[in-house]
Amino acid sequence: MLLRELEYARPGSVQEAIQLLAAREDARALAGGQSLVNVMKTRVAAPELVVDLNRIDSLRGIRAAGGGLEIGAMTTYAAIVDSPEVAGARPILAEVARTIADVQVRNRGTIGGNVCSNDPTNHFPPLLVALGAEFTIAGTGGERTVDAETFFEGVYLTAVQPGELLTGIRVPPKNGSRDGWASITLGKDGTGIVNVAATVSGGTARIAIGCVAATPVLVSASADETAVRDAVRSAELDPPSDVHASADYRRHLAEVLAGRAVREAR
Amino acid sequence: MSEHTIGVAVNGDRYEREVEARKLLVHFIRDDLDLTGTHVGCDTGNCGACTVLLDGRAVKSCMLLAVQADGAEITTVEGLSPEGELSPLQQAFSEHHALQCGYCTPGMLVSATYLLSQNPSPSEEEIRRGIQGNICRCTGYVNIVKAIRAAAGQ
Repeated sequence: MLLRELEYARPGSVQEAIQLLAAREDARALAGGQSLVNVMKTRVAAPELVVDLNRIDSLRGIRAAGGGLEIGAMTTYAAIVDSPEVAGARPILAEVARTIADVQVRNRGTIGGNVCSNDPTNHFPPLLVALGAEFTIAGTGGERTVDAETFFEGVYLTAVQPGELLTGIRVPPKNGSRDGWASITLGKDGTGIVNVAATVSGGTARIAIGCVAATPVLVSASADETAVRDAVRSAELDPPSDVHASADYRRHLAEVLAGRAVREAR
Repeated sequence: MSEHTIGVAVNGDRYEREVEARKLLVHFIRDDLDLTGTHVGCDTGNCGACTVLLDGRAVKSCMLLAVQADGAEITTVEGLSPEGELSPLQQAFSEHHALQCGYCTPGMLVSATYLLSQNPSPSEEEIRRGIQGNICRCTGYVNIVKAIRAAAGQ
């Protein structure tokens, strides 16, 4: 397909990328491109300047840090799947990344792109909310850190403002907690109908539900299945209905999957 | 209009070309380099017919801009075997009737080549996961899986 005409820039550093993004309102950062290029085909997005982040080496990579992880925004799903650091610290990140789309998409798609596009069906938003991740955002005024509960602001909207760039994600150490994930998808490893992530720590479950609202819905409960299901029911979810599932069915799935994510957390 | 000069190595041949920033990699490969083995199927990143190896990794060339490939080494289906010969995988596709209309075959071959480069003896489950990003509407995948197993010496 022929895209609308656009300009292209390939900065070599975060500073240069921020300058490009801050200088023009019609600029947009290009991460793995596994969503953005497609929405540019449909003209839903039509940036006049694409700022390609793929050659900024400092944005890639996974570091073990104090028992937790620091993950560069441009780290691909494939790199997360294969990472010994992830396997050691928070293996749930790899288990979930390995179910995103397919091999080719995992070779290009990035964790930063996944959270910044913030489609309600994306995998990482609920997972990173459950894990209590922190997001580092850089702009012309310097860096700031935002927690997961405030990072996700709405459908396709995050705390990253025009002229800013998500540079990294910090995942806290496991510290004896157990992490779980349960989802019902359109076909194997397809788009989520409901995604649920859970972290169980000291008898309390922290549950984040995706696909049921504009942003992940966070619910806390005592970590037994009945209490979890009651807590999700009390959250009075108001999910969308579409061709794949009615709102009632999504509410039902949210309860069942929350129970499952907690029960199977490891 | 925004034009860029890019240099790529495709199947071992070096090319330097002017491309518009908006040109997708798949169109650059097909229209500018005349390597029409790489197919455009869905043009939405689902079907995998446009799969190529970019610096050794399988990617869908309809979801990259050509300008992003500047400096890269690309392998298309034309580069999987020496001219006039079939690779063991291509031979296995032929012997096991792993294609019917053939539209998905270039992408399927590139993905299967990539799979075997990463995992020389995949299980059936690993083969099925490895070609998950490639849609075939004819075969039901059974003979494709058989062919990949055969190429892996199973």
